[in-house]
Amino acid sequence: MQLTLFIIFGLIAVGGAVNLLVQRHPIYSALSLVTVMGALAGEFLLLGAEFIAFIQVIVYAGAIMVLFVFVIMVLNAGEVPRESKSRMAALIGLPVLALLAVTIIGQLAGAFSQTALGLGDYVIQTGPIGDSLFHQYLLPFEVTSVLFLVGLLGAVVLAAREPDAAPARGGEIPESLVEAGLEADIAAQEAARR
Amino acid sequence: MVPLSFYLALSAILFILGVAGFIFKQDIITVFISIELMLNGVNLAFVAFSHALRQIDGNIFVFFVMVIAAAEAAVGLAIIIAVVRNRNSLEADRMSLLRD
Amino acid sequence: MLLLIPLLCFAGFVLNILFGRQWSQKVAGAVGVAFPAAAFVLALRVVSQYNPAQVAAGGVALPWIQAGLLSIPYGLQLDQLSLVMLLIVTGVGLLIHIYSLGYMAHEGGFYRFFALLNVFMFFMLTLVLANNYLLMFIGWEGVGFASYMLIGFFFHKDSASRAGMKAFVVNRIGDFGFLIGLFFIFERFHTFTFAQLFPLVKQMPVEAAWGGPLTVIALLLFVGATGKSAQIPLYVWLPDAMEGPTPVSALIHAATMVTAGVYMVCRSAAIYDRAPHALEVVLAIGALTAIFAASIGLLQRDIKKVLAYSTVSQLGYMFMACGAAMYGAGVFHLMTHAFFKGLLFLGAGSVIHAMNGEQDMWAIRAGAPGGLRKYAPVTFITFLIATCAISGIPFFSGFYSKDKILYDVLTSANGSALWWAVGTLAALMTSFYMFRALFVTFFAGPKPDARHSKPEEHKGGEHHHPHESPKVMTVPLMILGFLALVGGYIGIGDRFEHFLDPIFDTGVPAQPIHPIAGGEWTVTAVSVAVALLGLLIAWLFYIKNPELPERLATSMRGLYELVWNKYWVDELYGAVITRPLRAFSRVVLWRTVDVTLIDGTVNGVGSTARGAGNGLRQQASGQIRSYATWVALGAAAVLLYMYFGGPRA
Repeated sequence: MQLTLFIIFGLIAVGGAVNLLVQRHPIYSALSLVTVMGALAGEFLLLGAEFIAFIQVIVYAGAIMVLFVFVIMVLNAGEVPRESKSRMAALIGLPVLALLAVTIIGQLAGAFSQTALGLGDYVIQTGPIGDSLFHQYLLPFEVTSVLFLVGLLGAVVLAAREPDAAPARGGEIPESLVEAGLEADIAAQEAARR
Repeated sequence: MVPLSFYLALSAILFILGVAGFIFKQDIITVFISIELMLNGVNLAFVAFSHALRQIDGNIFVFFVMVIAAAEAAVGLAIIIAVVRNRNSLEADRMSLLRD
Repeated sequence: MLLLIPLLCFAGFVLNILFGRQWSQKVAGAVGVAFPAAAFVLALRVVSQYNPAQVAAGGVALPWIQAGLLSIPYGLQLDQLSLVMLLIVTGVGLLIHIYSLGYMAHEGGFYRFFALLNVFMFFMLTLVLANNYLLMFIGWEGVGFASYMLIGFFFHKDSASRAGMKAFVVNRIGDFGFLIGLFFIFERFHTFTFAQLFPLVKQMPVEAAWGGPLTVIALLLFVGATGKSAQIPLYVWLPDAMEGPTPVSALIHAATMVTAGVYMVCRSAAIYDRAPHALEVVLAIGALTAIFAASIGLLQRDIKKVLAYSTVSQLGYMFMACGAAMYGAGVFHLMTHAFFKGLLFLGAGSVIHAMNGEQDMWAIRAGAPGGLRKYAPVTFITFLIATCAISGIPFFSGFYSKDKILYDVLTSANGSALWWAVGTLAALMTSFYMFRALFVTFFAGPKPDARHSKPEEHKGGEHHHPHESPKVMTVPLMILGFLALVGGYIGIGDRFEHFLDPIFDTGVPAQPIHPIAGGEWTVTAVSVAVALLGLLIAWLFYIKNPELPERLATSMRGLYELVWNKYWVDELYGAVITRPLRAFSRVVLWRTVDVTLIDGTVNGVGSTARGAGNGLRQQASGQIRSYATWVALGAAAVLLYMYFGGPRA
């Protein structure tokens, strides 16, 4: 039973990840990632990590991915043409990837085949997690709050418009961006066709 | 009863797929998404070990990973917005201002 | 005391080289002469106090090199041999310095000339006074250096610089042999100091084989002597050395430096006496050189060149004496030669000065109508005295010394009749060419003809009537003339040689001599006859029947050409040695080794670094994805290390 659930969730996760790579438009990739996260939340439940599963759905899939989608829509991202200008990536990317794959998968998959994890034999309550956070891991916990502060400030400053740029027309996407984005795509496709 | 190695294999596969996307994808946002995929793979490994070793610390660690991922996503996306505003393109290859 | 003698000359050098440029000619000249004069006075003093029993006490020995087995002092010693050399060097040297005041008065670089003459004196004195071989070698090299600087004194002249280089390079070849000989000496005896070395040598037997250690050493040292003393095969630099100013030729290439080889062989008598084969070589080369050089001198037209070949020839005589193991006779001839050859050169200088730089004897004859002897009588008389001396005319100094040598070569156990005959023939030639030079230079041709140009038309013709030289030049001539006249009397009855006996008593029992019918008088008679014959023939050819030389030359055209071109020796050396060597240097050493190998390696390192840099530079492409790939690659590397290489945690 547990194995069946593991395999189902696993297939969904891998399928979502593959779809992420295959899709051309970033919005589909983002949505695929949401799928992966959902499947992973299921895996976490199988491993008895209730708290983690919940915050995975609420925070990761529900907030971070929403942010991604939001940005994709703000930028009006479209499909990006195929040709690659980076010789490096093309040349050694594949071997590196293969190397990593063989190493990691090989090593990880080969190890610990003796240890068996059963359903429900170790369920982690939220209470002890909270306890741990506020006693043992208090310092990192507080530091992350500072981290958030910094990140917040940084995001605001970085994404803010230049003072002398045209003020955003409420709700509308600046036309320059639309045209520029579309023009770039069109020009690239023309070039590709030639 | 699922052997630990299955969980680890799944985690590894997700991680590798994330690396593949990180290297081969043209679109800067998709590259970012691949990074998130990598992190998720690692989270799975952490939770699996946490269960196997009967320790809570793995979960705590996943908690912090998610926190970091959130902060990183926020700042990274802000950077992307700023850069795209300048370049008017989402292509990773166009963003080569690190060198003339 | 002894130490001061060379040091005074060195002081003169230092002063003139540092300050001479700012001084007037008078001051520079005064400094240049004062120090050698002081050295000569000191030398006289030292000699007058000389006590043969206290050789060691009179010497100087300052510690110099002290390295394990190698212990070489800076040491000077005064024994009979170095005493003789000391007097010759300082005495004749002083006369030539004084002469130079007049001769060099109109030349540029006056102070430099005297500085170089002084430094030459310093090195020469170091050479003759040294009490060990290494210090002698330093003097040896130093005089070679001074010779180079002085031959190329008129360095603006291409031929002069080249002559200087030729002298130095040829000398170097000889020095190489000398050095190897020194190495062998040290290897066997572990000392260079004479006082320690010769007692050790005297314990060794007389060697019968060619490969014996002493024979090898003796031959190697002799190679050095052939270089410095201009014997076959390394004599070629001496005629070219005439490019230098005439006082230089007188001092260095007649009286002193070229005799260093003879001095060295004499000093090493203990070694040579035990190496009879080496003595044979010395005798043979000396004799061959004597006749070879004399034959070339027969046809030379330049007065200095005649004297140069004459010097080579007379040095051959000195080596003949050494080769016959009669070193004393060699030193005796060295002394008389210093007098008359120095006089001959100074006289030639006086002639050249009188004729405003002309050196060709026929041009001189043409430029002085009625014969130069009428215009420069002192020069003529002294030149005549020297010519008689060198030709072996009785009662002049050269007669005694040359005659003694020929007698020794004929009769001593190491000599032979063959070489005596060669030497006598060379004496005939010597007499002939010297009187030829005298007659052509100083006597008018028999037929005054239209080819004679007025004296004023020579050499840009300013004031020039030929004239006698100033007193500062003629007085040294007269002093040397006196010495050339009476210098031989010291040798009568072998007094001179007996004086030197303690030096040459090398522990080898005196060999019996071959008696000659009539003893020494027979040999003397032959020598005198030969000398007078030479004079007669010269008179015949150049005074009485001046068309004779022409006719003889045309009838023996081939032989004439051969001798006129100095047997093509220079050309031979050029073709066989110089040109292949330079070609080798250019093609192999320069192009292959230097350009290709060394430059290639050095530049190769540079271009490799640059290429590597260029290659590595590609990595910093600015492309984000490329960086991403690098990151992944790095991660993979770390992971691999952790899995397979690192500690398994």
